[in-house]
Amino acid sequence: MKYSIFSLARAAFSGHKTWQRTWRDASPKDRYDVVIIGGGGHGLATAWFLASEYGIRNVAVLEKGWIGSGNAGRNTTIIRSNYGLPGNTGFYELSMKLWERMEQDLNYNTMVSQRGVINLYHSDAQRDAYARRGNTLRINGIDAELLDLAAVKKMMPFLNFDNARFPVQGGLLQRRGGTARHDAVVWGYAHAASALGVDIIQNCEVTGFSRDANGKVTGVETSRGTIGAGKVGMAVAGSSSRVAAMAGLRLPIESHVLQAFVSEAIKPLIPNVMTFGAGHFYVSQSDKGGLVFGGDIDGYNSYAQRGNMPVMEDVCEGGMALMPMIGRVRLLRQWGGIMDMSMDGSPIIDKTPVDGLYLNAGWCYGGFKATPGSGLVFAHLLARDEPHKEAARFRLDRFRRGAMIDEKGVGAQPNLH
Amino acid sequence: MRIVCPFCGERELGEFTYRGDAKPLRPAAGGSEDDVFDYVYLRDNVAGAMSEHWYHGGGCRAWLKITRNTLTHEISSVEPAAGVGARQTAK
Repeated sequence: MKYSIFSLARAAFSGHKTWQRTWRDASPKDRYDVVIIGGGGHGLATAWFLASEYGIRNVAVLEKGWIGSGNAGRNTTIIRSNYGLPGNTGFYELSMKLWERMEQDLNYNTMVSQRGVINLYHSDAQRDAYARRGNTLRINGIDAELLDLAAVKKMMPFLNFDNARFPVQGGLLQRRGGTARHDAVVWGYAHAASALGVDIIQNCEVTGFSRDANGKVTGVETSRGTIGAGKVGMAVAGSSSRVAAMAGLRLPIESHVLQAFVSEAIKPLIPNVMTFGAGHFYVSQSDKGGLVFGGDIDGYNSYAQRGNMPVMEDVCEGGMALMPMIGRVRLLRQWGGIMDMSMDGSPIIDKTPVDGLYLNAGWCYGGFKATPGSGLVFAHLLARDEPHKEAARFRLDRFRRGAMIDEKGVGAQPNLH
Repeated sequence: MRIVCPFCGERELGEFTYRGDAKPLRPAAGGSEDDVFDYVYLRDNVAGAMSEHWYHGGGCRAWLKITRNTLTHEISSVEPAAGVGARQTAK
């Protein structure tokens, strides 16, 4: 099905009763050229890029629940490309450029909204650090603007500018950043991949790997039977260690819980995505009016998809420091997602030591914004058996080589990234 | 999550700081590069009961060894970590 103004008009005349399912819910075949484990944004994007860019259409995406039921449905929908270190800078900009053409590429409304992302600074030292980051972005051809206090006051007059402890002094703005509709991203990739022949198989949990005498992966054991595969790609961030363990691998990853929050709907207030620089708090306002916000991970290993009160309090304090008036707004929903926290805070996209098994993991907080870029570079790796040039530093062996990509500079302590 | 500190009694989570899995042990000074790499970077990332180190910075400032289920957050045991605290409770 092709979506357009005409298909919308036609459906309107028939009371919107003629819409078809946008993607095909497939049953597993015996064998595929490539099997992707994980029907989230990254897995589905990988399948779509395999089919559309690399001509590999005999592809299955296996999802243990329903597509988008993991972290693709548990994030704060922010997209941006303001990373400062070589490796990350180019990769996230590649992803940003793919966001900008996603709706045309997929023929699906993913509600990409480039409303701008502003990181507020609260001290002279932080201004200097942001100026440096902004310069790093600009020399790489990425947009960044350093705003002073007057410009921030004009853009967001509702902030508390009288905070004596953490005064707002200005901000670093990326106008091309913003938000996208997370579920629509999943459905859009499913729609476009399915149309090219990719099988999307739900309620299909991988329980093991089939290996030949040399140890090469030849397929996956699943709750819906054995499925043969030329290559197997893992895109199961949050559960990467558990799936890799089925192939006898230990990863430089810990699973941690990150909470996110939505308030009741209020009138339009926040025009962009903004972050509080003196704590960890980021917020945008959804089209329905709810404030969508989050902060730090809870800090302890967890697979529970729920967090605890101290971090909730800390996040809300960050919000109150910027906007005391939201203290009267009620919290509507709160949830937790399981993050693959890697040892340097950056992702891993690489072959594994197991022949035929490929890894896309370690996304920490950054997975949603990376969705299209991750799909492209992982598809490249699967199709060509060599890393995409923008993912050449995301190697699994970089920890042993001392080639970390540690934006925060905190070392091998995953709960601090 | 609330933690029953063996010295302070039941306290809220905000008083504690997490260190991580208690299983990896620092290799001896002459340990091989493989051993050090394993200790610093690789994790079992247990899904289930895990033994881990927590620090009671908002209370008695003791290091604790806690067994906690990472799937449910249920805590099944709390004891002083090896060192001064353990020696005190052994008296």
